[in-house]
Order: sequence, then structure tokens, then C-alpha cells
Amino acid sequence: MIRQVNDPVLELHDLTVTYNKKPVLWGVDLSLPKGALVGIMGPNGAGKSTLIKAAMGLVPLSSGFVKIFDQELDAVRKKISYVPQRESVDWDFPASVMDVVLMGRYGKVGMFKGLRKADREIAHDCLKKVSMENFAQRQISQLSGGQQQRVFLARALAQEADLYFMDEPFAGVDAATERAIITLLKEMSAQGKTVIVVHHDLQSATRYFDWAVLLNLRLVASGPAEEVITTPLLQETYGGKLTLLSEVGNLMQKEQYPTREN
Amino acid sequence: MDNFVTFFSFQDPNIRYVVFGSVLLASSAAIVGTFIFLKKKALVGDAVAHSVLPGICVAFLIAETKNPFILVLGAFVSGWISLVLLDYIVAKSKIKEDTAIGLILSVFFGLGILMLTIIQHSGMAGQSGLDSFLFGKAAALVGNDLVVFSSISILIMAVVFILFKELRLIAFDTNFAVAIGFPVRSIELVLTTLTVLAVVVGIQAVGVVLMAAMLITPAAAARFWTDKLPVMLLLAAIFGAISGVFGAYISYVAPAMPTGPWIVMVISFIAISSFFFAPTKGIVIKSLLQRRFRMKILEENILKIFFRIGEENKDFKKHIQAKELQKYKHFSEGDLKRGLRRLRRQGFIEKTGSLYQQTIAGNNKGKRVVKLHRLWEVYLMQYLRIAPDHVHEDAESIEHIITPEIEKELEEKLNFPQHDPHQSQIPYQ
Ligand SMILES: Nc1ncnc2c1ncn2[C@@H]1O[C@H](COP(=O)(O)OP(=O)(O)O)[C@@H](O)[C@H]1O
Ligand SMILES: [Mg+2]
Repeated sequence: MIRQVNDPVLELHDLTVTYNKKPVLWGVDLSLPKGALVGIMGPNGAGKSTLIKAAMGLVPLSSGFVKIFDQELDAVRKKISYVPQRESVDWDFPASVMDVVLMGRYGKVGMFKGLRKADREIAHDCLKKVSMENFAQRQISQLSGGQQQRVFLARALAQEADLYFMDEPFAGVDAATERAIITLLKEMSAQGKTVIVVHHDLQSATRYFDWAVLLNLRLVASGPAEEVITTPLLQETYGGKLTLLSEVGNLMQKEQYPTREN
Repeated sequence: MDNFVTFFSFQDPNIRYVVFGSVLLASSAAIVGTFIFLKKKALVGDAVAHSVLPGICVAFLIAETKNPFILVLGAFVSGWISLVLLDYIVAKSKIKEDTAIGLILSVFFGLGILMLTIIQHSGMAGQSGLDSFLFGKAAALVGNDLVVFSSISILIMAVVFILFKELRLIAFDTNFAVAIGFPVRSIELVLTTLTVLAVVVGIQAVGVVLMAAMLITPAAAARFWTDKLPVMLLLAAIFGAISGVFGAYISYVAPAMPTGPWIVMVISFIAISSFFFAPTKGIVIKSLLQRRFRMKILEENILKIFFRIGEENKDFKKHIQAKELQKYKHFSEGDLKRGLRRLRRQGFIEKTGSLYQQTIAGNNKGKRVVKLHRLWEVYLMQYLRIAPDHVHEDAESIEHIITPEIEKELEEKLNFPQHDPHQSQIPYQ
């Protein structure tokens, strides 16, 4: 079941992404409704992170295009926020919590310019929203996994965006942090912001999200969460039926085969 | 010694120039190097450093003199070509980055050495001094060279200052920088250019062979002292400058001596000292702290036993043989002796003849540890549902690290229980 929507906030059209000629996403046609809290789910290596990165222009597309707010990506970057997977950065980097949250203001401030007092106040408010205001001067290497995730979230909030992409914000966090984060995400969605979250736990999916996307190298399903999170669709996503697809992918890598004939 | 005084009084203007130049070169290399270090690209720095040699030789062959402009240009071009080739190889072939770096480094450096040998045997006028680019010669930093190289160093520092925010972001989280629309490729291009420039000017004092050490080592040393990037940049620059001055000094007392190895010795010495002695991150402090913590545990364990013996005999003033303590917990001979000696010195126990007795202060301290132990056992049982016969081991280590705040929280959360899971009384004050 793949439900397309009118006036989507995000539209992926015939999107194919390859790493070193090996396709990891095949022909994804996806549109997501404004203001939804969207969960993207699928097994490990399904291409969830890749989907987000493709939408943010962080990986080259082999085919297809991305439209956000019905515009080209570069025209709307200031309205989009991205929370990468926590392990994607080195937490031993010499920076304080405040330094990292302030990075969320860089886009608004622009190149070459210094941060203003207002930026610091916004960053502080965002830290408050994730209950980390007492950690502002803490060195980031001294944070627990859950605290690191909160810092990343605060940085995203500091961007004051309308569309949020979050890669596994619940991975490796404690139950209290998970609850705090989901409450925050629901608040944001209630304010009309669209939040797209890569998620692992199917148990909580229907409680957390109002729209669900199932992915496994291709788009399996996209639609209202209760309609999508059903046994047959989950079987299709998580079952071992896709070996053929990945076998062909491996073959294409071996032969350095072009994804599209052109 | 005379040399030392003459040199460091900076009376001689020549000395002043050389020192000024060396400080600038070394600290600009250290500043750029800090970002290379944080991006974990140390090997790339090494490759560039070696790859400028053929460019220098070609520049010399064209100009037939040691014209600093042309040399810088030549070095810059070949350093750049090496990096472009490196990117190309990694992107277009199956060769991994480390292999590609090794490849580039050895091919370019080999080529450079070959050309250098040819030049030396050609008997060209003014060739002398070209080989000082291999291991550096700080004293050569005079006249035109000084002006050109110092200007480039100042330019490097200015660019880092202007782009500080952007460089910090791409060093920490490149994807995020792309996501917010920063021109990451251009910023990285700038950083690459700065790296090549820092190498080009640095080799005058350090030489191509050891230049990478000048980029990376100051940053590595500075990292031990601070968790703040601006401070780290400043420290790296200072460490670089110190080694630069020393290189200039060597050049002054022993003009025939190449300066690069000496400069690198100094910066390595700074790095090694930082590794050992830096506060909090240095291993000496770390092991001192660990030792102190071990001693604290030992002392608390002994006092705990004094308390328990007192508890069992209903007499906290009882005189005790050292041997008796061993019945409750095993201590090594040395540990027991050391622990008792320290406790006596601190006034927590007293000794009469061969018998020990706890003081009031010692009793209070022992009582607190016993209380924490038993409270923790209750906590583990009630909140973590751990079986009563499994809680003792955990409590044995936790009792020593509980802070007064956690202690208070425990007491309130558990509502001051009277007994632990083994029915021993929990002693409150
Ligand atoms: N930079 C990369 N280079 C090569 N292959 C990659 C890269 N990143 C991811 N992959 C591969 O692409 C597939 C999808 O990865 P990813 O999008 O991270 O999956 P998910 O986030 O769903 O676990 C995996 O097989 C992974 O090994
Ligand atoms: Mg992922």
C-alpha cells in the first residue's frame, strides 16, 4: 500500500541511490503530508539513512528528483533541519554542549558572520526544551548516549525549521529520554511542523506516528500508521523475500553496471 | 652559554628576523594542522609535505635561482596536484585512502629526490641550499624569503580566523554543514589550500621530510590540555612557536646543522610531556587519581570492619589486633599495613602497643560506609529486583563512590529503612 498525497511537504520521485554502483534504494516514489509525524521503518541496511540523506542532498542520486515544499532543495534549506545518526560524529571533539547547539544557528547567521546574543538565547531555550540547560558548558565527551541525543535534538530545534529529518533519535537512549523526545516531537507536529523519523521499534510505532513508511531497498508501504503497520506488510518488509533484489545489486556492483541506460 | 645569551637577547637584527620568521611559520602550520588533526587527516598532511619537493626542483630548474616566489609557486602547484590525484584515485578506483596516500607520497617524493640529485650533479650556480629543503634550515630565513614566507603565514592565520566557525563545523559534522547549505566543498578547498601553503612555508625551517610532524604534533599536544577549540588552537600555535624558536637557535649555534630534526625533537618532547603531565588527561595525573581512589577504598574498607567488629561486640572502643580484620575481608599484608598507617596519620584510628582502636571520627566514617552499603543493598533489591544473595558484591564497590547528594536521595527514596536484606541494622547518625 503506497498512498500518495496532495500538496506534499516532501516528494521523492523515482529515486534511485547507488553506492559504488550498487543500488541501495530502487525507484522510490514517495510523498508525505504536511504536519505529519512520520516513522520510517525497515530492517538494518534497508536504506533508511540513505533515504534521508538523499532527501537532504547528502548523497548523489542515480535517478529521480527531490522536491520539498514544492521547491528545489537548495531554495528551502533554511526551512529544513537534519539530525544525523548519533554515531556519525566524533564525540571526543573539543566542544561544549553550547558550541554544538549553536551550530544549529549557523545556517540562519550565514557564512563569515559571528553569532549574535539572540542566537545564544535561542540556543539556551532549545537546551531547556530538552532539559539540558544545566549542561550548557559541559564537554560533549562527558555526555551519556541519551544526553548526546538531546544535544543533537536541541541543535535541530535551534534551526527553527518547518521540516525535520531525524535519523534514529531513539537509538541507545534511556526510557526517560525516549519519552521526553516523543513528547517534544508530538508538540512540534501539533504546531504544524513535519517531523520525519527513522525508527527501529515496531511495538511503539503506531503509538508514536500518524504516518508510517516501510522500506527495504524499495518502498514497501507508505500511509496512515494504523493501515500500514499490518502483518502482511511487515512480513513483506522484514521477511527474507528480497534476497533477489540484493543479489542483483551485488551483481551490478561487480559488473559496474549503470543504473539507468542513458 | 654565551651563544645562548647573545641569541636570546635578540640584539642582532638577523637573529630577530630569523626568530620572527620561525615563529610565524611554525605557528601557522600548527593552526592549520589542528583542523587536519581534528578531521583525522594526518596522513594527508604527510603526503602533501613530501609532494612539494618535485615542484621546488622544477621551479629551481626554471628560474635557475632560489627565487622565493617561484619556489613557493612550484611547491604549491605540485602539492596541489598530489591532493587532486589523491581524491581522484580514491573516488575512481578500488584503492583505499591509506594505500593511495602511500602511493602518492612515495611517487612524488621519489621524483623529487631524483630531480634534486640531478640538479646537484649539474653544477648549476646557486644550487647550494636547495637540499636544505629536505631537512630545513631556519637560518636561511632572511631577506626576500622572510618577507614572502611571513606574509603567507599571516595570510593563513587571517583566513583561519575569518573562517573559524565554518572550519569548526566541517571538522565536527560535515554532513550537517552540507545540510544547512554551507559550501562545504569550497571550505574544504580553502582548508586544503591552507595546508599546502603552510607546508610550503614551513619546509624552509623544517624540511619536507619532517613537515607533517609540524602540522600534527602541536595539535596532538594541545589536545591534552584543553577541551576548548579556541584554546587548543592557541596552545598549538604556542607549542609550534616554541619549537620554531629553538630551531632558529640551533641554526645560530651550529650553522651547518639542519634545523628540522631539532624542531621536531622539541615539539615531540612537548607532546610527550603533555601525554604524561597534562592535568586530567595526562597519564601521571590519571594514575595518581587512580591510586588515590584505591587508597580511599582501602581506608574505607578497614574502617568499615572496625565498625562491624564494634557492632558485633557492642563495643566500639574495643582494642583489635590487625589479624582480626583479615577475618572479615582479605587484605594483602602490604595493603593492610599501609591502610592502617594512613588511617593513624589521619586520626581515624589509634594504636596502643600492637592493638588498634577506632576514634570517634573513624567510627563515624566507618558507620557511613556501612550505612551506604546496606542502603544500596535495599535499593538494588527493591528497585532492581535483584535477589538478596546477589546484592552484596555490587554494594561492595558502590559504597565508596556515593556522594552526599546521592546518599540523601537514597535515604529519602527508600524512606530510611531499618534493616538491609540480610536483617542487619542500618546505622544512621
Ligand atoms: N557510504 C557508503 N558506502 C557504501 N555503502 C554504503 C554506504 N552507506 C551505506 N551503505 C550501504 O547501503 C545500505 C543501506 O544503508 P543505510 O541507508 O545506512 O541503511 P539503514 O539506515 O536502513 O540501516 C547498506 O547495505 C549499507 O551497507
Ligand atoms: Mg541507518
